[in-house]
Amino acid sequence: MIKLEPRVERSKSWSYLSPVLAILLTLITGYVVFALLGHDPLNALYTLLVAPIADWYGVTELLVMTTPILLCAYGLALCYKASVWNIGAEGQLLIGGVCASAVAVNFVDSTSAFALPLTLLAGIAGGMLWAGLAAFMKLRLNTNEILVTIMLNYIAVNVLLWAVHGPLKDPHGYNFPESALFGDSTLLPVIFDGTRLHLGLAFALLALCATWVFISKTFVGFQIQVLGLDASAAKMAGYKRAFLIAGVLVISGGLAGLAGAGEVAGPIGQLVPQISPGYGYAAIIVAFLGRLHPLGITLAGLLMGLIYMGGEMAQINIGLPNAIIGIFQGLMLFYLLSCDVLIGYRIKLSLPFKQQKTQLTPIAQES
Amino acid sequence: MDNKYRLTMQGMTKHYPGCIANDGVTIKIKHGEVHALLGENGAGKSTLMKMLYGVVKPDQGDMFFNGRVMNIKEPADARELGIGMVFQHFSLFETLTVAQNIALALGDLAGHSSSLASRISKTSARYGMPLDPHRLVSTLSTGERQRVEIVRCLLLDIQLLILDEPTSVLTPQEVDALFKTLHSLKKEGCSVLFISHKLHEVIELCDSATILRGGKVSGHCIPKNETSESIARLMVGDSTPISNQTRRARGAGDFLTVNNLSTNAQALFDTPLKNINFAVQQGEIVGIAGVAGNGQEELLKALSGEEIQENSSAIKFKNTVVDALCPLKRRRLGLACVPEDRLGRGAVPDMDLAQNALLTSFDSGLVKNGFLVKQKISQLADKIIKKYKVKTPSNRTHALSLSGGNLQKFIIGREVEQNPQLLVMSHPTWGVDIGAQVAIHEAILTLRDEGCAVLVISEDLDELYKICDRIGAICDGKLSPILDTDCVPLVQLGQWMAGDFNHDLKNNTTQITPQGALA
Repeated sequence: MIKLEPRVERSKSWSYLSPVLAILLTLITGYVVFALLGHDPLNALYTLLVAPIADWYGVTELLVMTTPILLCAYGLALCYKASVWNIGAEGQLLIGGVCASAVAVNFVDSTSAFALPLTLLAGIAGGMLWAGLAAFMKLRLNTNEILVTIMLNYIAVNVLLWAVHGPLKDPHGYNFPESALFGDSTLLPVIFDGTRLHLGLAFALLALCATWVFISKTFVGFQIQVLGLDASAAKMAGYKRAFLIAGVLVISGGLAGLAGAGEVAGPIGQLVPQISPGYGYAAIIVAFLGRLHPLGITLAGLLMGLIYMGGEMAQINIGLPNAIIGIFQGLMLFYLLSCDVLIGYRIKLSLPFKQQKTQLTPIAQES
Repeated sequence: MDNKYRLTMQGMTKHYPGCIANDGVTIKIKHGEVHALLGENGAGKSTLMKMLYGVVKPDQGDMFFNGRVMNIKEPADARELGIGMVFQHFSLFETLTVAQNIALALGDLAGHSSSLASRISKTSARYGMPLDPHRLVSTLSTGERQRVEIVRCLLLDIQLLILDEPTSVLTPQEVDALFKTLHSLKKEGCSVLFISHKLHEVIELCDSATILRGGKVSGHCIPKNETSESIARLMVGDSTPISNQTRRARGAGDFLTVNNLSTNAQALFDTPLKNINFAVQQGEIVGIAGVAGNGQEELLKALSGEEIQENSSAIKFKNTVVDALCPLKRRRLGLACVPEDRLGRGAVPDMDLAQNALLTSFDSGLVKNGFLVKQKISQLADKIIKKYKVKTPSNRTHALSLSGGNLQKFIIGREVEQNPQLLVMSHPTWGVDIGAQVAIHEAILTLRDEGCAVLVISEDLDELYKICDRIGAICDGKLSPILDTDCVPLVQLGQWMAGDFNHDLKNNTTQITPQGALA
């Protein structure tokens, strides 16, 4: 008999161990899945998780891949701390990319020092606006932010498609749906020669520190946590719900917008229909996998980026289907949520015959 | 087992993680007797009842009903045996009629629906608690709702009726009516298990009593041969001080004035406030009695700012109209608030005590330039823990793992330490053990003596009579006159709680002399 017994106090150690266990279980399941698919499981796992970062270039590529995920995830964590379920980082990222591109295409031949800052600011503003829409609808029209942000994602995709097929299409681009290549003045400088690692990484690190300090050291950060854990206590204490909700949404939108701007002005260098393979959605998993803690998120983000890269490599090298990325992400989230039970409960194993014995004693005494 | 007893529970033991709720508890109830189960909160009364009613499975112990071994797996088994239970919190659907509610609860046992209504009328009339089966539950008073629950039990062939703190929601007059019903049940041979901590009621009503303390039986007695004090000793042990002394004071200068406060119902079954008028002076404690759900919650929210009324000027702190001000601004004008729900409003369950100290004390120098001063927060939490004798391992303990009384001491300490000018409290000692109760009352009285205006909203009349300088009652969103506590006899307060303010209407509500109340 396996029984779950509630713990007197939530286990601190398990809240850290649970993600580790989840990753372990994901690996084991992955092993089995690969074996069933008829691949050498060890080789497949190696291709998926080790090969991508076997050399320095691979490591920098991982950082390039992870940067947008992390930027989105730090912001989402703020929202989730406040129990504001923003699912819209993807859309905010796309709109950020579109807005940044709209500015950048005006600076193609310019050498202005303002070109890059303006491009990035446009991206941030776009993301803020997109998230601000959701905040406005939640606070003024009492809509559900989950539905609104999901639907805004689809609208954002179509805004992006409209932009690359319409106003932002390169007039000299042979009618391909892409913008003109950005000029050097609007491109994020590369940090290490010979790699694609760009200044966006610095923004991610900055966001890491800023969100960490914000949530754990400031009074507004504390209010956000109170609001998330217990809205009526926040109300009783006199915290401003609307300000806090709008605040976390707009900050998270701004970070996602920056991520979008960093993609178009970074590794891609122009606006194309595919600026994100779902970074905004991956960031949701990353935020939870990282326990909504900026450091945890960083680790989880690196892992997620690795799976993205490994998935592509596995596709090319050993012919695994692309869906393997989705499977791995899903497995990890599933295991994490399952393992989280252990934070509040302990497993109690009891042997059937032993149980009978304890039940018998009092009756024996009675007779 | 002999057939002498209706119910025998022997050696009942139930472990929960971290505590033993019941440790070898034995209780015996005779045929046709009203048996009291006494004990403080957390003494194990509820656990014992849950085991009897099949809600919780005992770890050890035997139960016999009419001399036969009981095999109870779920409440339906208990009902089949003839055990009925009326919980403290009613399980009724407000949008359905009395008959529909009873039909739902009894299922197949309700019999044919056409005859159910007449059976309800007949049964309820027979036991002296008339009920109209076709009325909507939402239109019933709390006392009437309790009748629905009792009648629901009586419709079955009942042999043992369990009442969990039945009088805590009733006016004194309704309590008398309930006791008459129980007497007639008793005459028919039905046994009653009466769970309470109101000793004078137990002495008046019960034939015998079992007293629990800390999960164990601490004594049996015949209540009529005992005094309140001797029974209380059995309940709380020798170490806790029991005091019935009162210390009245007279206030000076209004701090809170409420003029013609009316609110609209926010949700379907809210009670709108109707023309509320009263004032609380500095250095006095005003108590508002009332059966739950008569507008207390709405009044508290209107005062705390959790519900804001734009374009109104009914509430004043000193000379400032606060109707449109948010809770934060009201706090800064000197308001402190202790809501009814400790977990989930007064404190954040998943945060530790230091964080919960910060929750409302942020203006006490704990925040500098928007950043938290962790050391000061920790110091404040420790100060509250020490001064108000909160039992906790450290200030890092989560609010969730504190007992209700301990947490309440912490919350009240937190609010009192902010030196408020107006303290509004709802049910300050509900579910709090006697030791903590004494400490909380002491803190409130000290604060009053320092010149704070205190408003206490409570259902516990003993508490109100003990600490309040002036007292009134709220019923259906209307407030009775508020008079000196010693000029308001219990009967008068009971009439007010039932909505009968007539005695004083002729004197006009603004200026009432104590003589008016006595008339």
